[in-house]
Amino acid sequence: MEENIENINIEVKLFLEAVFLKYGYDFRNYSLAHIKRRILHRLSISQIESISLMQDRVLRDPDFFQQILLDFSINVTEMFRDPDFYQAIRKEVIPLLKTYPFIKIWHAGCSTGEEVFSMAILLQEEGLLEKTQIYATDFNQKVLKQAKQGIFSVENVKEWTQNYLRAGGKESFSDYYVANYNSVIMNKNLSENILFAHHNLVTDQVFSEVNMIICRNVLIYFERALQNRVIGLFKESLLPGGILCLGSKESLQFNENASSFSPLVAKEKIYRKNYMIPNLFEV
Amino acid sequence: MDYKIIVIGTSAGGLDALKKLLPVFPPAFPVPIVIVQHLSSRSNGFMIQYLNSISSVRVKEAEEKELLAPATVYFAPPNYHLLIEDNQTLSLSVEKKVNYARPSIDVLFESAAYAFGKSIIGVILTGANHDGAKGLAQIKRAGGYTIVQSPETAYSGSMPKAAIAQTNPDRIISIDEIGIVLRDLFMKKPNRFI
Repeated sequence: MEENIENINIEVKLFLEAVFLKYGYDFRNYSLAHIKRRILHRLSISQIESISLMQDRVLRDPDFFQQILLDFSINVTEMFRDPDFYQAIRKEVIPLLKTYPFIKIWHAGCSTGEEVFSMAILLQEEGLLEKTQIYATDFNQKVLKQAKQGIFSVENVKEWTQNYLRAGGKESFSDYYVANYNSVIMNKNLSENILFAHHNLVTDQVFSEVNMIICRNVLIYFERALQNRVIGLFKESLLPGGILCLGSKESLQFNENASSFSPLVAKEKIYRKNYMIPNLFEV
Repeated sequence: MDYKIIVIGTSAGGLDALKKLLPVFPPAFPVPIVIVQHLSSRSNGFMIQYLNSISSVRVKEAEEKELLAPATVYFAPPNYHLLIEDNQTLSLSVEKKVNYARPSIDVLFESAAYAFGKSIIGVILTGANHDGAKGLAQIKRAGGYTIVQSPETAYSGSMPKAAIAQTNPDRIISIDEIGIVLRDLFMKKPNRFI
C-alpha cells in the first residue's frame, strides 16, 4: 500500500501532464487531494486497472476526456446559496451599483447557472437588471449549455424557495419560473442580459472591464500560485472601486494581490478594489 | 512510532464525546488533530468556541490552504468537505455529499491516508450512520493506527459498528481510554514511584 500510494501520486501527475499536452486544459495547479479523489473515483467506476491505463485511454478517446472534464469541475450549486451573502449584496452593494449608469458583472465559474439566475432575480427586484450586462463564464461547455437553457430540476425548488426568502426576496420565488413536469423553466427576461461564454481562468486572459466579479467556491480548488494568478486577473478586470465576491470560506488573506482590495463585507467575503489615489503627503 | 497526525470522525453524540476527549491533550501536544463532526449546514461556530474554551490545545475551524500546526484541532466547516494535501495543508471542497454528509468523514480519512500513509492515527467515535467506515479501512491499509470507540459506550453505536465491520481496528475502547491512549502515545509518561 505504501508503495502504491507513491505510485498513485506519480501516476496522477503524469495523467494531468497528458491531459494538458493533449487537450490544453491545465489542472496541474489544482488542489492535488481534490484531483486525486476525482481521478480515483473515475478509476473505480470505469473498470480500468490503473491510472496509467486511464491515461492511455484519455489520450486516445476524446469522449472519455469530456467525461474527465466533467469529473474535474464541481457542478454542485444551488439558487441563492448562502442566503446571508445575498442579503449583504442587497444591503451593501446594490446602493453602490445604483450610482452607475450601466453595470457590467462577470460571474466566473458559473457552472450550471443557478447562482447567475439568483443574481439576475435580485437585480430585477432592485430595478437594476435592465441596465446590467452579465458575463457568465465556465471552462466546461456542457454545463454552460445547461446554464443557457435556464431549465432546472424541480426537486430542489423547495429548498431554493427557502433560500430565496432567507436571502431577502421581495416577491414570490414561483414568479420567476414556469413549472413543466419535472422541470422549472426560468423566465426568459431574466437571461436577456446574460451572455454565457467559454472562459478558462487557468489559461485565458481578461476580456472586459467590469464593475463586479462573482467567483464563489472556485478558488478553493486551486493551489496558491494559481489563486494568485486568478485574483490578478480579477484585479485587472475590475474598474477602480469594483466589487469582488468570493465564497464564504475563501479569502484574500494570503493572496499576493490582497493589498489592492479592501473588505466591504468581511464576513461574506465581499471586497472592493481600491482606488489609486496618489499619496500627496509622501515626500 | 512516529505518528504525525490524528484524524477523528464523529456524528450524533459527538459533541459530548469531544467534550471529554479534547481537554485531555496538553498545550504542547506535538501533532495536529483534524476532525469531521457532522453538523447542520447552518450551524454557527458555537461548538468550536465552546471546545476551545475548555481545551488547552487551540481549537479552530479549518481554513483552505492552511498549514497544519501541532497542538491545534481543526474542524471541517459546515457544508464543506475537508481534505489534507501531501504538503500538509488543508483543502475545502463543495463536491456532492458522500454518505449523505458534507463534510464527510470518508473524504477526510481517504485524503489523509494518501497524504500521511502509515504516519496517521484514525479515530471513529459515536454516530448514527456509517460514514468513516471506508476511510478508516483505507487508513488501516496504508499502515496507520486505527481506534474505534466501543459501540456499547457510545451515545450511538452504529458508526463504530460499521467501522469495526470493515476494519479490524487496533483498539476498541471507551472515550476515556481513547484520551489516555492518544496522550500517552505522544507525551512522555510522568515519572512514577515503582
